[in-house]
Amino acid sequence: MLKEIKALLWKDIVLEWRHKYALNGILLYTFSTIFICYLSFEVLHARVDQFSWNALYWIIILFTSISTVAKSFIQEKEGRQLYYFNLVRPQSIILSKIIYNSGLLVLLAVLAFGVFSLVLGNRVQDPGFFVLIILAGTVGFATTLSLMSGIASKADNNGMLMAILSFPVIIPVLLMIIKLSRNAIDGIARSESLDELLTLLAIDMIVGTLAYLLFPYLWRS
Amino acid sequence: MFSIKKSWWKILGVLLTAYALLGGLLMEVPRLAILNETIRNLYYHVTMWFGMIILLTGSLVYSLRYLSSKNEHFDIRAEAYAKAGCLFGVLGIVTGMVWARYTWGEFWSGDPKQNASAIALLIYFAYFILRSSFEDPQQRSRISAVYNIFAYFAMIPLLFILPRLTDSMHPGNGGNPGFNYFDLDGKLRMIFYPAIIGWTLMGVWFASIKIRIQDIRLTQDL
Repeated sequence: MLKEIKALLWKDIVLEWRHKYALNGILLYTFSTIFICYLSFEVLHARVDQFSWNALYWIIILFTSISTVAKSFIQEKEGRQLYYFNLVRPQSIILSKIIYNSGLLVLLAVLAFGVFSLVLGNRVQDPGFFVLIILAGTVGFATTLSLMSGIASKADNNGMLMAILSFPVIIPVLLMIIKLSRNAIDGIARSESLDELLTLLAIDMIVGTLAYLLFPYLWRS
Repeated sequence: MFSIKKSWWKILGVLLTAYALLGGLLMEVPRLAILNETIRNLYYHVTMWFGMIILLTGSLVYSLRYLSSKNEHFDIRAEAYAKAGCLFGVLGIVTGMVWARYTWGEFWSGDPKQNASAIALLIYFAYFILRSSFEDPQQRSRISAVYNIFAYFAMIPLLFILPRLTDSMHPGNGGNPGFNYFDLDGKLRMIFYPAIIGWTLMGVWFASIKIRIQDIRLTQDL
């Protein structure tokens, strides 16, 4: 199974590298959104306070994640899915997708954090902890969204469906992240936010287990 | 046990609901600061939420049974229970909003439980939209069952964990007077528990009518 996951991961990375337009498209999408946010505040001569900073950052990451992960199953053609179905276990497929998407989203979120701080000013007093939150949070995003992308790819109008299916189920993760990153922004002692970090990790575990158990039923068609 | 052809449980449901409606308005209630007479909403708002949770759990059980047996009839049941549960969810949120208007001052006060319940309803509306976007009935049943199970377990942290992390304005949270020690005198319990059973039976009845129609449609098709 480990071998299968490794092979599938390698395939995804190579595929992404060959079709650079997708990766570049997502990068441009994130940066233009950040720039639009910056300009919208700039035109009012308003400074972004820490609360708006926090909410804006995570909303941008949420939308970027949805567009990034949406393509993970939708891009694969029917015939190729049948080929995988005969070749590997469904669990390996969902695990490889989760790992791949997590890596991609962490990379994107950290990059976006850099650009965001550059144009809107860095409000985070504890950047190390903030990056840790990005890590824990984007894994939750990637897990939930990977399963949702699998569901949406089976339906007929999958673009909109992906968004409406994902929004409500991702809110618990999103709210925990925003609360946690507020602590990181205010520079509160890390031990204070341990409880919430554990809750976030627990939610990650729950959605991960669910995705692992439910995906085989999705796959069989 | 709850066969559509038997009528005892329907009569019981109507009687219990009527008892809760009348008794809830007429019987003596404990006097509590802030709550005063609005404590009577406990009989309607809270019991409807309990009914909703029970019905949605029923929907979850049928989705699980569908995935393990691939029997279309289970999927019909899952959908019908989800619909009945959502009806109580909407009623519960409306009664809660009316209550909040007189207790907290606003229809929507941004209480964490209020927000969480609105999100929970969004999840089930997404479930119905997902169902309607499939042409092939078998694919529809299987994939919406997967989403139903996932959504239910994503709802649990929403309804039970997140509101506890911040102070809620609901009675019993954040230093507000609660019901717990008044429950002990049994005045509230005498209506509270029958009302839960009554609403749940009514919901099962709604669902069973829908199930019957859909079952007939399914067998006619085949």
